[in-house]
Amino acid sequence: MRTALNDTDKKTIYDRLETVTDPEIPVLSILDMGIVREVYWENAVLTVLITPTYSGCPAMDAIATGIRVALSDLGFAKIKIEQQLSPAWTTDWMSEEGKEKLRGYGIAPPLSKAQSCQPALFAAEEAVPCPRCGSWHTKRLSEFGSTACKALYQCQECKEAFDYFKCH
Amino acid sequence: MQLALHLADSVLILAQRNAEWCGHGPVLEQDIALTNITLDLVGQARSLYQYAANQKGGDATEDSLAYTRLEHEYLNGLLVEQPNGDWAQTVLRQFFFSAYQSAYYTQLEKCTDKDLSAIAEKSIKEIRYHLRWSSEWVIRLGDGTEESHSRMVQALENLWSYTGELLEPADYELALGFLHPDALKQEWQSTVRNVLEEASLTYPAPAFMHTGGKYGRHTEHMGYILSELQYMQRAYPNSQW
Repeated sequence: MRTALNDTDKKTIYDRLETVTDPEIPVLSILDMGIVREVYWENAVLTVLITPTYSGCPAMDAIATGIRVALSDLGFAKIKIEQQLSPAWTTDWMSEEGKEKLRGYGIAPPLSKAQSCQPALFAAEEAVPCPRCGSWHTKRLSEFGSTACKALYQCQECKEAFDYFKCH
Repeated sequence: MQLALHLADSVLILAQRNAEWCGHGPVLEQDIALTNITLDLVGQARSLYQYAANQKGGDATEDSLAYTRLEHEYLNGLLVEQPNGDWAQTVLRQFFFSAYQSAYYTQLEKCTDKDLSAIAEKSIKEIRYHLRWSSEWVIRLGDGTEESHSRMVQALENLWSYTGELLEPADYELALGFLHPDALKQEWQSTVRNVLEEASLTYPAPAFMHTGGKYGRHTEHMGYILSELQYMQRAYPNSQW
């Protein structure tokens, strides 16, 4: 049987989940990423429902372990991490605060989905501003960057190469 | 169950083939691109094998299905097991498969089985990147230099006879009722025709097509792929990273 958390537990748990980060992007918490769908009791087992970002993202296992460790620290003994695939994760679920943290870290945050996600072949994605100097004069070097979720761009003004968190 | 295995095997074997490029790509960015695509495919395979293991029950796991079945139990199409050849052949194989997967998973998403539908919904967002990336490469090479064009022509000749099977559903693909073979064929042919035309390549005339992979009858390459893929699990059963 599924029961909701009481308010005290909810606050403690979500405060702690705020400290669990994506190992590839340590400035973003899993709450910023929009990965956590729900936390609830399922027959006395504390269950965290998460939506994976990309199917093969190797960070997901590390994140699941991170959640388990964080909640064990709070004293919860029985913890279960459940995955939910649908609705599929989208960068639109990333918090505004998270997007700012990304920019501060040197990664251009995802454009919102309404703007452009599937440009025509060879067409550049809508302009992505450089996270360092703010210039819109940038170009895409590669559709795939250091991880599945990023593309590689270069600023034509400050010449700095940077990662763009792809709109997904 | 057979459907899930067919879908899982197809992406796993293609991932295994693409992974052979890891560290050998023509330039760093494209090496990374292909390995990222491979990672997506492995992720999709995991979701599908987990689903199949649940269906099968008993002590089946995603790993036991991926690593310990025999060659004739794998139900992937023949296209994905074809050798990498050169870069032209690898990107053309990816393009043929992504065009097929994109059309197929759009239909699979409407499947009444909610797990398969969710896997399709998740995967299709990744597949769109793969299709875009591979389309651009087919065009870049086909419409590039004399050398790159002739390599693309050769790749097309090598792979074309393995594409027909993708569009001929096996009985287990039709069982759930989500698949419309005519629409699938139409969408695939139209995507491929457009890209080949853009790439200055001729869309091949109807020709003999190899079949059998969907029923476990594979080309000679499959045994070699599996001996590498399964080596660790056969040598050290149940080993984990």
